[in-house]
Amino acid sequence: MTEQQTIDALNAAYSDLALSEFRGQTRVVVALESIHDVLKTLKEQLGFDLLIDITCVDYLRYRGAKDRFGMVYLLANAETNERITVRTFVNDPEPTVPSMVDLWAGANWLEREVWDMFGIRFSGHPDLRRVLLPDGFESHPLRKDYPLQGRGERHNLPVIRRAEG
Amino acid sequence: MAINESIIELPDNVRITVLDKLVSWCRSYSLWPMPFATACCGIELMATGASRTDISRFGAEVFRFSPRQCDLMIVAGRVVMKMMPVLQRIWQQMYEPKWCISMGACASTGGVFDTYSVVQGIDRFIPVDVYVPGCPPRPEQLIQSIIDLQTKIRAEDTMFGREFDAPTRQQAKRALQR
Repeated sequence: MTEQQTIDALNAAYSDLALSEFRGQTRVVVALESIHDVLKTLKEQLGFDLLIDITCVDYLRYRGAKDRFGMVYLLANAETNERITVRTFVNDPEPTVPSMVDLWAGANWLEREVWDMFGIRFSGHPDLRRVLLPDGFESHPLRKDYPLQGRGERHNLPVIRRAEG
Repeated sequence: MAINESIIELPDNVRITVLDKLVSWCRSYSLWPMPFATACCGIELMATGASRTDISRFGAEVFRFSPRQCDLMIVAGRVVMKMMPVLQRIWQQMYEPKWCISMGACASTGGVFDTYSVVQGIDRFIPVDVYVPGCPPRPEQLIQSIIDLQTKIRAEDTMFGREFDAPTRQQAKRALQR
């Protein structure tokens, strides 16, 4: 399918999507309630069966931003090499997004990374815990209100001196 | 007469030395490195062990990957806070006498990565003997650090580790300030 056919099919199936295309890249903005259905349609009916990435953007101090977190789902069609970007927006407090683990098994660790870095809960995720940072870490570092150098967690470790070790 | 009788002529194949110096000489020329390579400096560490700049010319050929069999830990690359307890465990599993070379800017000071997860210098948590600057250091710099460590071992170390019992480290001899 070409990009235009994909866009048409999505527009026919759902009514409240904001579809745009820029220099060959297609982008869909979806409301949070229908994100799982839209991704399911893309996967099963329109052939976007490869999940490339799930990530997030924090719009805390962005001018003109209405919601704080923007989820990004990158999908690809393995047969026609088409790519599509699906966006949805969530807010504080308690940002929660439906999990895509039932559609793609690879979404497991991708969503764990988003939870680790941004603190977005995924409802329906089988094992939501930290994947990159150590388990005792308390903050979500890629949020804009977390300082780059951290809050002292990186040096909160025991010291081994020469005579003891 | 008494003075002349006390001068003994030694044959050419006899040397008089201090046992500590002999043991330190042996230890310095047979350092067995434990390559703790976490990042890009590990590639330069491998290059140092390769044929053009050959670390085995200095006795440090045997890169054992078991800490139980090593006496020199070369930390090559950045160490994050999740890796630091692992590094400490490997350090504690090495037997005395043991030395540590902090290779590269990231292991010495955190390098360009002043972030929430990278430890800003492993010497905050591990005793380090020689620091090698560079990003990454050239193999020749690492060889120079091995030579400096050998000088330090021959000048300072004792057979039973008495230099670690000194109540203040200022009293120990500083090898590289000669």
